[in-house]
This record gives sequence, C-alpha cells and structure tokens, in this order.
Amino acid sequence: MPIEVLMPALSPTMEAGKLAKWLKKEGDAVKSGDVIAEIETDKATMEVEAVDEGVLGKILIEDGSEDVKVNTPIALILADGEDESALEKGGAAPEKAEAQPAPKDETPAETEAKSDGKPASGPAKVESAAANPPAPEALPEPDVPEGTEMVMTTVRDALRDAMQEEMRRDDRVFLMGEEVAEYQGAYKVSQGLLDEFGKERVIDTPITEHGFAGVGVGAALAGLKPIVEFMTFNFAMQAIDQIINSAAKTLYMSGGQMGCSIVFRGANGAAARVAAQHSQDYAAWYSNVPGLTVIAPYTAADAKGLLKAAIRDENTVIFLENEILYGQQFPVPKLDDYVVPIGKAKIARPGKDVTIVAWSIGMTYALKAAEELAKDGIEAEVIDLRTIRPMDTDTIIESVKKTGRIVTVEEGWAQSGVGAEISARVTERAFDWLDAPVIRVSGKDVPMPYAANLEKLALPSVAEVVEAAKAVCYRD
Amino acid sequence: MAASAAKAAPKGETARATKTATPKPQRASKTAGRDKASAATSGGLSFSKEQELHAHREMLLIRRFEEKAGQLYGMGLIGGFCHLYIGQEAVVIGMQMAVEPGDQVITGYRDHGHMLACEMDPKGVMAELTGRRGGYSKGKGGSMHMFSVEKQFYGGHGIVGAQVSLGTGLAFANKYKKNGKVSLVYFGDGASNQGQVYESFNMAKLWKLPVVYVIENNKYGMGTSVERASSNTNLSQRGASFDIPGEQVDGMDVRAVKAAGDRAIAHARGGEGPYILEMVTYRYRGHSMSDPAKYRSKDEVQKMRETHDPIEQVRARLIKDGHASEDELKAVDKEVRDIVNAAAEFATNDAEPDPSELWTDILR
Repeated sequence: MPIEVLMPALSPTMEAGKLAKWLKKEGDAVKSGDVIAEIETDKATMEVEAVDEGVLGKILIEDGSEDVKVNTPIALILADGEDESALEKGGAAPEKAEAQPAPKDETPAETEAKSDGKPASGPAKVESAAANPPAPEALPEPDVPEGTEMVMTTVRDALRDAMQEEMRRDDRVFLMGEEVAEYQGAYKVSQGLLDEFGKERVIDTPITEHGFAGVGVGAALAGLKPIVEFMTFNFAMQAIDQIINSAAKTLYMSGGQMGCSIVFRGANGAAARVAAQHSQDYAAWYSNVPGLTVIAPYTAADAKGLLKAAIRDENTVIFLENEILYGQQFPVPKLDDYVVPIGKAKIARPGKDVTIVAWSIGMTYALKAAEELAKDGIEAEVIDLRTIRPMDTDTIIESVKKTGRIVTVEEGWAQSGVGAEISARVTERAFDWLDAPVIRVSGKDVPMPYAANLEKLALPSVAEVVEAAKAVCYRD
Repeated sequence: MAASAAKAAPKGETARATKTATPKPQRASKTAGRDKASAATSGGLSFSKEQELHAHREMLLIRRFEEKAGQLYGMGLIGGFCHLYIGQEAVVIGMQMAVEPGDQVITGYRDHGHMLACEMDPKGVMAELTGRRGGYSKGKGGSMHMFSVEKQFYGGHGIVGAQVSLGTGLAFANKYKKNGKVSLVYFGDGASNQGQVYESFNMAKLWKLPVVYVIENNKYGMGTSVERASSNTNLSQRGASFDIPGEQVDGMDVRAVKAAGDRAIAHARGGEGPYILEMVTYRYRGHSMSDPAKYRSKDEVQKMRETHDPIEQVRARLIKDGHASEDELKAVDKEVRDIVNAAAEFATNDAEPDPSELWTDILR
C-alpha cells in the first residue's frame, strides 16, 4: 500500500500553505530525513522531510500550488517491493504519514522561537471556532462611496498595506521590532516593507522588548512616529513600564508640552496550542490606562483603516492583532485612503432581541452564534467594538435600549475584563432597560492549557455564546 | 523609591565651609584602558577667565536654587519626593559647557540642576515644585517630571533607568533625522544596574547612535553604597561587553568634566557611536528630602564638602588667579540669590492649577 505524504502544518495557526517546490521527482528514491519539498507558509518557507523510505511514486500536488490545505495528500511513496501498479489501487485505505517539517533557516519564525526554538510540527489543529472562515457580511463604513470595489484581502496584508501607505505619506513613520525587516516579519505582516523603505525605516531589533520599547518612545518624544511591533503582546510585559510610565503619561506630566505619538502593535491573545505564557489577552490591561488608546479590530477593512488612523494619531496607541485572524480574508474597499475613525463601534449584524458585544476574534464566536440564534427565531444584534479605549458606550447603550439584553464575548479573563467594564457601563446607563442580568462569555479563569481538549474548554465557544444569549432571553 | 516619610523639619542653614579650601591637586582620572584620548584629563586642565566665571555662576545658581527648594520643602510648600542635586553641580555644568545648541538632555528624578543648566526658567521650575499653574508642567508633573521642548530637555523621569532607553531613542531620532545632534543621557550609579540600560547600550553601539551616557556616581543608590550594589564598581567599564569606550572622570572638577565631555561628544557626533562617562561625584544631602542619610557618617560628608566642593574649587582659583575679587564674587552670589528668591516668591504666590486642568493633556 503506498504511503500518503500529507501537507504538514508548520505553525500553530497554519491552515493551508503553498507547495513551492518539489526537490525530488517521481521515481526518486527517498529515505527518512531527505528533504523532499519546500512549503511556504504565511510566515516562512520550510523544508519538508520524508519520514518513510521508498520511492516517490506519484506527486499529487504540483509545484507552485497555492492554498493547499493541511492534511491534503501531496504525494505517494512506494514502499519496498511495491511498483507503480500499487498506485492505481492506492486510494483505498492509504497508510497516512505526516511529513516532518524542518526549519529552513536557523532562526525559526514566530512565537515558539521564544520558548523552545522549535517550530511546531505535526497536525496542529486550530480550534474549531477560529478555524472556520468567517461569514460576515461586513457592512461597509458609511463613508465608503456606493459602487466602491471591494477586494478580498487577508488581515495580514491589510495591516501591511496600512503601514506601507502611511510610510509613503509621512517620513517620520518607521517600523521597528524583532524580525520585521530581513525576515519580512515573524508573521509576515511587514513583508516587502524593507525592500521599499530600506533599513533606516524598517529596523530589526535585538530580542530586548524593554529596551527597544524605550528607544521607540524616546524617538517619539523627539518627534518621530514609530510603529513598534511586538512579536506578540505576551512579550510586551517586559516593556510595559515604558508603554505606561513613559509613553502614556508624558503628555500629562509635561502639561501638554511633550506627547508621544507611537503605535505598539502585534499579535494579542491566544494563538493555538502555545500554552499559558504565549496565550494571554491584554485588552483589559491596557484599556485600564488613561493616556492609551486601545484598538482590537476584527475584519481586514477595520485592521487597515484603524491602523492608518492609529499611525496618524498623536497619542500612544495599543493595536491588538490576532494571530488566528491574520490569514483570514475580508472585503476591503479599494480606496486611496481608507481610514476608519478610532473610538467608533460598528453594528456588524442588526437585530432586535439581544445585543452581543465582541471585538477581534471574539467576533467569530458572536457572528456564528447569531446565525445559530436566528434559526431559533432570536435576532441578535452583534456589535463589533473595534476600539476598546475610548469605548463607544453610546452604541452599546442604544442597542441595549432596543433589545433589553446583552451578552459580552472575550477571550480574556472575566475578572476586571472588558466585559466587566461593559457590564458596569450598561448598568449605570441603561439599568431600566435591562430585562435580564448581563452575561459575560469569556476565557476561563485558568492559565491557558496546552492539551487540545483543555485549550478548547478554556476558550469561549459558539455554544456558550448561544447559551448565554438564550439565557438572557429566558429561552431554553 | 521609599514611601514618602514625614516631612523633615525645616533645616537651619547648614554651616557651610566658608574657608577657602586649598585647591586640591588635580585628581588624575582613571582612564579606561582603551581610550587614549582621556590621558589628556590628567594634565593641562585650564579654563579661561570667562569659563571659570561662567562655571562658578551656573553652579552657584543650582546650589542656591536647591538650598531654597530644601527650605520650601521644609515649609511644606513642596510635597512628595524632592531630590536635591547639591554637591553634583560640576557634572551637569561641565557637560553643558561641552554641548552645542540643539543637543538633547534627559535624566532621572534628580533633575533640577539639569533643567537650570539647560537654561530653563528658575521660576517655572520652582513653580512646578510647588505644584502651581506657572510650573513647566502646569503643576501636573512635580519635581521628577518636567520637560522643555524649547530647551531640548526631555525630563525628568521617575522610573530608575527608564531615561536610558528613552535617551537612546532620542539619539536614534537624531540619526534618523541626520541632524548632527547628540543626546546626553544622565543616570546614577543605582540605575547603572538596571537591565534596560544594557539593552540600550547594545542597540546604541549596534546602530552607532550619537549618545553620551553620563553616569553620575554619587556613591549611593538611595541608601545602598555602590560597593554593596555593584559587582564591579568601575562603572565606566559597564559598556565593555558592547565595546563602548568609557572613562572615569573627577566629577567634582568642572574642568575635568568639560574636557571629558568634549571628547565624548566629539566621539558621538563624529559617528563613532556611544560613549560612557562615569562622573565620580557626591551628593551632600540625603537621597530625597525624607532621607536622614544614616548610612554614611557626617565626617564623610563634611570631608567632601571641605576638600572637594565643586564650587569652592572654582572660587578659590578665581581669587588665586586674580580673575575675581571677593566683592565681585559676593555680587555674583547676590545676583543668584535674587534670581532664586524671585523664583521662590513666584512659586509661592502663583495659583494652583485650575481644577479643569485635571482633565486636560491626557490625549492630544
């Protein structure tokens, strides 16, 4: 029975990749450890090694094939004694074999580089809710003229486009961070920027978050407009003193004389299977601090429009991205200068029975839950908060006055979380309109576990959002 | 930083050593091995008459200002933390004599002297200490948090060591803008053990940033002596593993400071990257106004004052060289006292910030 070689997952969040190049051809003998192909993920080019011995019987996926889903058979290996005739009957119940990825470069991409230096291998299944492509009918911003062409764009490319446009527009804007330049971004968000803007404006830093955050803030005090990328916000805990004590407070402490126009951006929250130290949601932390603006977009259009707004802003902006959303596509209006206003929530799906407030990846749960609820005749109004601070309380209150019920959704912890804040504001301003207590759906009150089943339990789910919405509607 | 203790009782004028100290023989700077240029420190130090007069007056202004601040603190007009610079005046004045207009200065919380040396208005500084609307930060920053875009003074930072990364960022901006300016980053012996200092050293050298790190080693990080806090007490060598040249300088001799400053700034401005100057200095007062300074003997302090005082050294030379008479120096002292008294009067009588200021300057 020929052995199937499957498309490997080469990062915790990889769902598909490009089969860049076969390094062996049909008929070649292969043995365990031979590099057989190169695969491009959204972050890096990786080599794939054979695990089994035999002859490369048939290549199922051609060189250059894009968007090959993880676990798709890409080749068949004939074991000893098998000949080509075995290929004909191969499909019956093939013995599956995972190709083992090996890092092509010495510097492994992405977050695991921080912990053990090894890229994730094997079938890193992305959690169900996150893995499913979103089906949002993202309502275009009001200022998008009718008839504007919408281009399907990944969040990753939208972020890159935003930085590129703003760097073209303003010489003071530069990007610094780990692997942002020559590596083209640990998550490839900065791809191509080094080529266009050169090493004076796209700057690789040492792995010293505290130090380079301070350098960025100092440069901002001197009038530049830095974009400081944290590979993930987990590592920004090393830098949080400079973010809060130096960046957020200097304008006030200087009596308005000296401000700090800077964007700190990067992946926030849980990726997939990277455990407790690499899976924290910091939205609530930063949103606690006056002097900071905190943005957490969901769609690619918002990622682009809000990042452009953040870069232009005269203040310190925390821009929370999400690794799992990077590869997801959304329609983005094709406009020369698409800027989304900071501090405005968006009604992503109108409804009259219950308000669901979410942001960033929380929107994936909220929108799917709204679909489920619709089947039961419950029309949920889903609000994409987009900016956590300043919070668009008015939009939430207006919705609650209509629905009388509200559920918040976040991956972060419930205690002192953003949902807790929303709940307090609703209680303060719309108590008389509430027909049920506010329910928060949130990450469970535990450090993020590694095991797949436990991780899934720790995160919110569509089912929990549906259940919460039904509970506030007093429906079974 | 320690919690603010009860305010010290108003101090009487500490009897200051009035006898003119014999000018100490120039203390030869211990030069860092790799820095040949610093050999110049050990000989041929001389200031022109104008330089001596300038240094004397500027240092005296800081001294009198800080004495007045101490007095106002004792009267309850200044609150919170108040860290005085008395004893260390030669460091910032000597360095400011070496800079060019437009070079930036950033420091920690012992910052009043740096602001005066940057020619910030003593009234605005004192009014900030008293938390009044005419203060540099409209009363919202206080002793540790003042800034002046006009004078290129970037604070005034209350977190030990934070200014080192920030000042490295100022140098980054200079290089980015190609403006030929140098950033002077002051920090103490205590801050020299902070992790971000070394992260910054690394980037500064890696990117050849125009920055001079001035370590003001006043021998105590709050109450802990350098010997009890630092495994290697030669702080000038703290950049060794990054290949940053450094030298120890007699920080009580304004001429030695200026000479070292010239070398360091030329190095940085010339595109050679960072340079470290360890200024061996001394603070006469406690760490802050609420520090009784029981960790050192009165003798130690008295000895420094009598034999190393930065202002007395210049004063003695001015008299000896016939550059100034006692009367002329008295006139300078009066002029400086008048400025300080006017600042104190302004700071005492100026109104507190309008309550509406609570809500301003959070975002632009």
